[in-house]
Amino acid sequence: MATPVMDKAEAGAPANNSPYITITLRIRRFNPEVSDEAYWEDFTVEVDPKERVLDVLHKIKWELDGTLTFRRSCAHGICGSDAMRINGRNRLACKTLIKDVNPEKPITVEAIKGLTLQKDLVVDMEPFFQAYRDVMPFLVTKGNEPTRERLQSPEDRERFDDTTKCILCAACTSSCPVFWNDGQYFGPAAIVNAHRFIFDSRDEAGEQRLEILNDREGVWRCRTTFNCTEACPRGIEITKAIQEVKRALITRRY
Amino acid sequence: MKIHKYDTVIVGAGGAGMRAAIEATKRSRTAVLTKLYPTRSHTGAAQGGMAAALANVEEDNWEWHTFDTIKGGDYLVDQDAAEILAKEAIDAVLDLEKMGLPFNRTPDGLIDQRRFGGHSRNHGEAPVRRSCYAADRTGHMILQTLYQNCVKEGVEFFNEFYVLDLLLNEVDGVKRTAGVVAYELATGDIHVFQAKSVVFASGGNGKFFKVTSNAHTLTGDGQAAAFRRGLPLEDMEFFQFHPTGIWRMGILLTEGARGEGGILRNKDGERFMEKYAPVMKDLASRDVVSRAIYTEIREGRGCGPEGDHVYLDLTHLPPEQLDAKLPDITEFARTYLGIEPYTDPIPIQPTAHYAMGGIPTNVNAEVLADNTTVVPGLYAAGEVACVSVHGANRLGTNSLLDINVFGRRAGIAAAEYAATNDYVELPEDPAGFVERQVESLRSSEGTERVTEIRKALQETMDKNVMVFRTEQTLKEAVEEIGALRKRYKNVSVQDKGKRFNTDLLEAIELGNLLELAEVTAVSALARKESRGGHYREDYPNRDDVNFMRHTMAYREVADDGTESIRLDYKPVVQTRYQPMERKY
Repeated sequence: MATPVMDKAEAGAPANNSPYITITLRIRRFNPEVSDEAYWEDFTVEVDPKERVLDVLHKIKWELDGTLTFRRSCAHGICGSDAMRINGRNRLACKTLIKDVNPEKPITVEAIKGLTLQKDLVVDMEPFFQAYRDVMPFLVTKGNEPTRERLQSPEDRERFDDTTKCILCAACTSSCPVFWNDGQYFGPAAIVNAHRFIFDSRDEAGEQRLEILNDREGVWRCRTTFNCTEACPRGIEITKAIQEVKRALITRRY
Repeated sequence: MKIHKYDTVIVGAGGAGMRAAIEATKRSRTAVLTKLYPTRSHTGAAQGGMAAALANVEEDNWEWHTFDTIKGGDYLVDQDAAEILAKEAIDAVLDLEKMGLPFNRTPDGLIDQRRFGGHSRNHGEAPVRRSCYAADRTGHMILQTLYQNCVKEGVEFFNEFYVLDLLLNEVDGVKRTAGVVAYELATGDIHVFQAKSVVFASGGNGKFFKVTSNAHTLTGDGQAAAFRRGLPLEDMEFFQFHPTGIWRMGILLTEGARGEGGILRNKDGERFMEKYAPVMKDLASRDVVSRAIYTEIREGRGCGPEGDHVYLDLTHLPPEQLDAKLPDITEFARTYLGIEPYTDPIPIQPTAHYAMGGIPTNVNAEVLADNTTVVPGLYAAGEVACVSVHGANRLGTNSLLDINVFGRRAGIAAAEYAATNDYVELPEDPAGFVERQVESLRSSEGTERVTEIRKALQETMDKNVMVFRTEQTLKEAVEEIGALRKRYKNVSVQDKGKRFNTDLLEAIELGNLLELAEVTAVSALARKESRGGHYREDYPNRDDVNFMRHTMAYREVADDGTESIRLDYKPVVQTRYQPMERKY
């Protein structure tokens, strides 16, 4: 059996005596128990450039300032807890390596925009989840359940594959200028999750969901700025999904 | 202090909690308390699939699945529970499909299935395609689908509520369930939830290891709350080490990668699993593969300058197959290691993954106060529980199954109990324990830091309670954990505030981890045999005469306040399978 050359991987693997570098993390702090004013605070830390921004936030919280507050859980881009603005771009702190955000200069970290700030990097997620719940994010069928599974061809399954990847981290919605200016807009994440069901061949509530998105605050507010697609840590082509929903509204074919 | 009243309270909103909630909400007034948002739960990190003998792609049946589960668990599995798991698996998968789960499909439009470790045709003849999957994000899709259906059913959630205590009250000489006490992250308020029935579905406790696939939040809060209230913990010495974690980081790379044809290789490029498991090879059960990897490393055939890892080789698989079936894990390799899995093998090492042990329950998810007595109104399901369907070693894809089968059973049973029973009066000063715990941490002037104690705990667990154990390493662990628990009494936090005080909660979580680590090490020290995930180099064989039994650990408090752990044992339920030597 052919075997790959085993030493090739070493080039990409973390080096064993990785040189630590000194970086500055400039964090937007806010604690309404202390002051109504938010402010920037610089932390200088020694890090391995292959560490995640989340690792550095932990280092600061655990070793320098226990009051620094942020959400996190899985630490590898699956749970969607730690979306934040890193150098002005919405990203997951656990999927962003220090070496990829120019450690030469101070790295800015602040809460995502458009949702009420509660403390440091923590925002109120409730309006975001409300918009999600408003689009009927669940399969609707009209009875006649088969005894076994419903059939779905691999092609029909592929049709909505991209939008099933959403982890509801809000990186997209909170990068959208329409959402910043008008808290009423459903936002990209809710539309992505409506798309996931509208284009599922098993679902029978596409019309209802399209009507919800046809609303004044619905899909037509999208200005196709592509911020959402750039922000998505799951690589979902969000703007394309929104366009597909718009097209479905016009043609009523989906 | 605020008081709420619900028929049923579910603690945790991962797969087991939400599957329970869907059933309980239809039948009783239900609240779900979760320390995260439901979609942040760690069920979402599961990748490879959910086992069920659908026989969609090849011959299979639930009896083979039952056998594999029992053998995989090295005969410590309760066989009645395993049979229920395998039988109900089929409906559990079909239920999820009907709820909307986007499984991968066969050309005929059926749910597709793939191979997974330890799952075989006809009692070990060859690997069988039993795992129902959605690419390599099956857990994500299960979590999303269950949350979607909770939205549909109008399930009431209390997000970012940390349950820190279980309330029991003695009525007519029987300890009954009265409710739970929760700490609200946003405000620092303490809430008492009075309930007729309570379901613990709060997940695992893997964060006491350093290299682990577990989320930061998996700190065993449910197990610790039950244990402190005098309930036993079962089989805590059995912890699973998943063979393929990303080197040093511990991030999970699914066994599905080997199910799709991936191969483990040592520094010489040798497919070493052929030596250890001639039939199942890379798809032997996880304990077998993890020990094989460490044996290769110890004998000098590990990779890298320090020889401290081996390779998961996917380079012979077509890129299209990797893109379609394993998109997430290949991206992890690119993101975290800067490696292209199309062309380069991925450095891996075993990673602490799953607690087989937990709060003992019977097959109806009712929590046990001892070997046989049920605690009225108290239920547990998922990783927090020990039914025991996993015995000494869980098979891959059986945990996504467990949360659905026993989550559903727990939800139905808890709601039915609530429908026919009254509230139990709250004990005196119900929030007292939590109030004192929070207040003493907030006001402590102690000199110890959470981060240092946690680091020391994780280091001793990795060093002494991992894949290979001996009396000496376990004694060392027990001693060190004891010392760390003393230091913990002198711990303080920097954040003294009320709002979103995660500093305080990390300190509380550490207390839970310390307690559970001690139970794990003490239980492991007493088990002088090797079985499944518990391998003792000083007792390398399975000992069915003395240890074909479950460990039951109880917390004892002497009159002077000294705590100790008392170990007792519970017989294994055996129905149709006689213990045999385990070979793959």
